[in-house]
Amino acid sequence: MSGTGDVAWTGGVSDTGAKLIATSTVTPTVISMTRIRGLGVVSLLLTAIAAPIFGFGQPASARVIFTFGSAQSIALPQLALPVRWFSLSMAVVMLLAGVVLLLTQTRRGAYGVFAAAVVAFLWSFLAWAARGNSLNLTSVLASSLVASIPLIFGSMSGILCERSGVINIAIEGQFLAGAFMGAMIGSWTQNLWLGLLAGAVVGALIGLLLAFLSLRYAVDQIIVGVVLVALATGLTNYLTNQLLNPFQGTLNSPSTFPALPIPILDKIPVVGPVLFDQNIFVYLAVVLVVAIDIALFRARWGLRVRSVGEHPEASQSVGISVVRTRYRSVVLGGAVAGVGGVAFTLGSVGEFSVGMSAGLGFVALAVMIFGRWRPYSAFLAALLFGFSDALQSILAVLNVPIPSPFLIMAPYLVTIGVVAGLVGRAVPPGADGKPFLQQSKG
Amino acid sequence: MTERIVGPELELVSDSETGGKKGVGLSPSGLLRSLNSSFAYGRPWAITLLAIVTALIAGAVLLTVTTPATLQAWGSFFSNPIGALSATWFLVGDVYRDIFTGSIVDPPALFQAITTGQGWVAVLTPLSETLTQATPLIIAGLAVAVGFQSGVFNIGAQGQIIAGAICASYAGWAIQLPSPIHLALTVAAGLAGGAIAGFIPGILKAKTGAHEVIVTIMLNYVILNFLLYLLTNRPFRQPGQSNAISRPVDASAQLPHLLGSALPANLGIVLALVAAYLVSWFMKRSTLGFSFLIMGANPTAGRTAGIDSKRVTVLVMVISGALAGLAGMVILSGSTLMLTSGFGGNVGFDAITVALLGRNRPLGVVLAALLFGALDVGGRAMEAATGVPVDLISVIQAIIVLLVAAPALVREIYRLKATSLRSVELGTRGWGA
Repeated sequence: MSGTGDVAWTGGVSDTGAKLIATSTVTPTVISMTRIRGLGVVSLLLTAIAAPIFGFGQPASARVIFTFGSAQSIALPQLALPVRWFSLSMAVVMLLAGVVLLLTQTRRGAYGVFAAAVVAFLWSFLAWAARGNSLNLTSVLASSLVASIPLIFGSMSGILCERSGVINIAIEGQFLAGAFMGAMIGSWTQNLWLGLLAGAVVGALIGLLLAFLSLRYAVDQIIVGVVLVALATGLTNYLTNQLLNPFQGTLNSPSTFPALPIPILDKIPVVGPVLFDQNIFVYLAVVLVVAIDIALFRARWGLRVRSVGEHPEASQSVGISVVRTRYRSVVLGGAVAGVGGVAFTLGSVGEFSVGMSAGLGFVALAVMIFGRWRPYSAFLAALLFGFSDALQSILAVLNVPIPSPFLIMAPYLVTIGVVAGLVGRAVPPGADGKPFLQQSKG
Repeated sequence: MTERIVGPELELVSDSETGGKKGVGLSPSGLLRSLNSSFAYGRPWAITLLAIVTALIAGAVLLTVTTPATLQAWGSFFSNPIGALSATWFLVGDVYRDIFTGSIVDPPALFQAITTGQGWVAVLTPLSETLTQATPLIIAGLAVAVGFQSGVFNIGAQGQIIAGAICASYAGWAIQLPSPIHLALTVAAGLAGGAIAGFIPGILKAKTGAHEVIVTIMLNYVILNFLLYLLTNRPFRQPGQSNAISRPVDASAQLPHLLGSALPANLGIVLALVAAYLVSWFMKRSTLGFSFLIMGANPTAGRTAGIDSKRVTVLVMVISGALAGLAGMVILSGSTLMLTSGFGGNVGFDAITVALLGRNRPLGVVLAALLFGALDVGGRAMEAATGVPVDLISVIQAIIVLLVAAPALVREIYRLKATSLRSVELGTRGWGA
């Protein structure tokens, strides 16, 4: 793809230059004092909801029983707590957080303090919702992690693409295509690994198409992405009705990846069943987060990717091939999203159904933005979304008097709240979404 | 934005390159030459036509390789090449013929109607259905196009359609009024519902910088679930019904049929054309519309010129949302009369592709919506007749738009003379803008 006039600098790539470009133009993420005060007000509001309803509103006799059981791990005793006092102590945490946020003069740690308030609110809410029942915390945490898996893959895909300056709205399409191919190839060949590979390949192909159209023809990346989602949706719908449904037995009934307990570690209470008794996708997701962080921020490869994403013209002047770097990142990002798609089928339900990714590809973009284009932050953000998703099924089981449509809304409302309230004008990589028109020599 | 993909500079260059050869005389050969040069230099409409042809070919290939019968015929290609070719020919021919007869007209039936004077209703039904299908696509396509032209990416048309329909539905059965007033009120309710759903992402973007792409997509899910809640609860739920459907709108709030009660075409198409004209006038002639266009073309210049960009963002989203809400009202009062869990189908997302295909110009949107409406209606007829899933249509539609969005690709496929592969300018500006 890169023409002969690609490299203006002839002495190879200057990594010192790349480092300067990658780091100099990044605007430090500054949270404004107004926003911190706003978070303080929100924390106080949470207190005002939690204290009267979850705390004082409950009779002193109401108990909630938290259990930590799991078949494999060493058993822990269950914990019976009075709902009122537990919720009130959580309300104190929220109150303190609110006061701190309203009075603080420093900006450091504001998100951490606010997160403490949110977590305290969720705990008191859970205790209230489960009053008179028992709640298995281990399974809550495990299902949160499992629910966040597609979001982790999706946001990592987004980070890879956008760090190089290409917006990947097509993650939703890569999810669908990956889920479809994973199920079909996995079922047809009776080999889950081939299914996984097929999902990665089809994701990468969509990435290649995105890169091809946006890099070679400079078509608006958001438009290409949206149309690719439409294409992937249409194709998977068509092929499901035309092939998978008539030949359900051979083409759409793969087995699923089994849980792979890690010896000894899976015996640790709570942590063991949550982290060390999962299927390949969970381990893969965690490894991926670490690997991408190292690759982007500790390796020369990432230095070049980031410099291309921040300032392509300058990067070209120090000898980096902008177009080639972007192609590589976008195709790799597509493969990652494709694997995330496979997790929908081979990782959980074991068959493809139409539109099964349900917009999570777009939620993954919000996760990426919330995580400010950093792997570890995006990982934590994905866990938060996964938790809000898991919460919905827990609450449905607990017969909470909230209509189920409102519970289903929760993750989407959280996304809006997060994007509007916490992130605001997030600072993307400098050249994110902008086309790069290659300068030729002379 | 897409408008500028085939921007004036491109046309200018090709005009000057064709120069004297253009020959716009009345002679047949001059006409032919002008036609030829339109293709040779990849004029917008020629690109669109080639994109449609290419997508139809791609659809035929997809159909052939996913149908067991033709696959088998191709498996024995070397022993029986004629069999493979004819199997493909008949399959593709059947499918595309059914799409045409299902959406436009069935020529034998037309011939019979002309000679006997009977059966006109059956002859006109496909076309009338196409018009009805295209109506909400036109209005919602305009909604998206207004956003595109103003640099705002409204992916929330689907949710705004539902929001508009919810409000229109309430106005349609909760209030008793004489017909024209009731209908006008229902229209206003639809506009208002969509406007509110558009206002939320608009104000969030203006005040907090939350990107409208994320917020509108999330709102689609929120509004859909809100609808599901309404459908299972009073007062919306239809009494005595076990299915989740709402009360029907009163007869006084329904869009009257245009061509007699047997044909589905209703007043909605007139509303859609009026909306297209008003949008065209607004963007071209009004001061506010002009400031929208400037913010879409060059926000920095707009801000320098003193345009309040936040106000524009909010207003664009409100107007865009109101149009989408109107589309929801038209679906409700014109066809379904009741809200269901699948209300609006895929119109909100098809509106994006319609806007892109119509290059964000009102006339283009109308034509694109007619094409997509015909494909949708024809696709349903095709599925009923041949059993091929109607989803084939959405694949074809997506390919059309993909090619239209990348005119340079079409030029390369068909070896058209292009001024420059890189003469394409962009509209959206990533997450930051």
